[in-house]
Amino acid sequence: MARMATTRRVMISTAAAWLFGFLIFFPILWMGLASFKTELEAFAIPPSFLFFHWTTENYATVQERSDYLHHAMNSIIIAGGSTLIALLIAIPAAWSMAFSPTKRTKDILLWMLSTKMMPPVGVLVPIYLIYKSLGLLDSRIGLVFILCLGNLPIVIWMLFTYFKEIPRDILEAARMDGATIGRELVYVLTPMAIPGLASTLLLNLILAWNEAFWTLNLSTSSAAPLTTFIASYSSPEGLFWAKLSAASTLAIAPILVLGWFSQKQLVRGLTFGAVK
Amino acid sequence: MGQITLQGVQKSFGPVHIIKGADLEIADGSFVVFVGPSGCGKTTLLRLIAGLEDVSGGKILIDGKNVVDTPPAKRGLSMVFQSYALYPHMSVRGNIGFGLKMAGLPKDEINRKVEAAAATLNLTPYLDRKPRELSGGQRQRVAIGRAIVREPKAFLFDEPLSNLDAALRVQMRIEVTRLQKQLGTTAIYVTHDQVEAMTMADKIVVLNGGKIEQYGSPLELYERPANLFVAGFIGSPKMNFVTGEPALQKGAATIGVRPEHLKIERDGGGGWQGTIAVAEHLGSDTFLYVDAGALGMLTARYIGELSLHGGDRVSLMPDPARIHRFDESGNALRG
Repeated sequence: MARMATTRRVMISTAAAWLFGFLIFFPILWMGLASFKTELEAFAIPPSFLFFHWTTENYATVQERSDYLHHAMNSIIIAGGSTLIALLIAIPAAWSMAFSPTKRTKDILLWMLSTKMMPPVGVLVPIYLIYKSLGLLDSRIGLVFILCLGNLPIVIWMLFTYFKEIPRDILEAARMDGATIGRELVYVLTPMAIPGLASTLLLNLILAWNEAFWTLNLSTSSAAPLTTFIASYSSPEGLFWAKLSAASTLAIAPILVLGWFSQKQLVRGLTFGAVK
Repeated sequence: MGQITLQGVQKSFGPVHIIKGADLEIADGSFVVFVGPSGCGKTTLLRLIAGLEDVSGGKILIDGKNVVDTPPAKRGLSMVFQSYALYPHMSVRGNIGFGLKMAGLPKDEINRKVEAAAATLNLTPYLDRKPRELSGGQRQRVAIGRAIVREPKAFLFDEPLSNLDAALRVQMRIEVTRLQKQLGTTAIYVTHDQVEAMTMADKIVVLNGGKIEQYGSPLELYERPANLFVAGFIGSPKMNFVTGEPALQKGAATIGVRPEHLKIERDGGGGWQGTIAVAEHLGSDTFLYVDAGALGMLTARYIGELSLHGGDRVSLMPDPARIHRFDESGNALRG
């Protein structure tokens, strides 16, 4: 009896998980489908699910109207650059806070996180004006800089929790074994921290890739990443659903592929510290 | 050689004095155990010797050379940690050989030494496994292997057996003792378990509240405890302490009698009268917890089986030659 109840419970929860997963995935699926419809079919009521006239003309139009590769390159440079710089700053910061904490370490960490609680729009005008006078508007460097600063608190927090997990005893054992700080870093700490570094890098890459607020406000064309590319299809003249969908599908495709292949690392990154 | 001398070693963390001036002479090749209740400073003292903490005052001499400013690796000591602290991403071979690799030894020499250490510790079949694929006892042996392979002046053990189950702990206790005697290397061993201290040590350091209460061989500590703390800490079950009239008769503030030095007689004999509250029959021993009225609870130990039970009246006769006398401040009175 007990076993039957367990089997049924497993079946129900499996079905529920699939249903829930499908609900979350549905908008992306719908977007993918709409990108292959004609503009007319894209907002037809009742909507057609699979039986419509499949076409790739939206992709052709999108590529013709705006240069996908140009924006994709900007996205790669901005997301990749901001992530790398953030890691370069965050690794030593998280390191020192995890391994030689002071009385104020917890306060500093909380203060850093608190900066994420402020709505970015609150500083939009000052940042915009600063960027304007520095000539950073619509420049890749400007976007790299702002995204790096925006994600830095999260990167430091994530790395801090990872480094915290490395037992002090192991570092002390390495010191007793005669490892210098440099060799300790190369032979002991880095190999142990690689999973954590990888998940942090991936998560930050995705956050930076998807960041829309600053990229939309601080770029127009030459530095515009894919977020701006998507937004350009929602215009005052009306929405072009099919073309917007095609643009969006193109924009999220690289990060979707990356996410797919690094699922394990990402899940670990997101749940880290929650489960021991 | 591995002679370690502490001269007035002090350690404080901010305003908190953890070690309040420790003087100690550890002879080459001896097995010294630091024992005491948790928070007594025994692990801190070990870490000071290791160099993982800096002293706040005093000197630590290894073979006559002050090492307080020498980094841990240069002191020629190796340490076995409570958590084993194995490198999780390295094989057993890598773990044991890491110190030698850091010292820049050639590869074939490292291999030879690692294999010799592994053979001593029965680890040969596991050399290519990762720590997570080993049992607790095997991990412990890898940690010991990592310590012995460097041929240090002294081993430092920080409660190395406390994560093992009881049976394995007894077995490892014997293995560690035998290994130390075989290698003839000085060892300092920290534990809170007084049975481990008594069985393994050549000499025991009893620590309490950051102070060395007594330093001596296990039997010295058992037979001539320097004060109430050592008397109560060494020996199991604990020594009985009696104050008041019986103590005054002996010219002391407190007298102490070990449970095994109380002669148990059925009611009517001389000595201290009481009622058995609990009787524990272990077969090899019988422990009686006796409510002796004004004298308080007394524990008595009988070697072998004694058919007495809770509620029975008994009289306990202390062995006059085995009564320990203490003054008001808790120090032992001799003579």
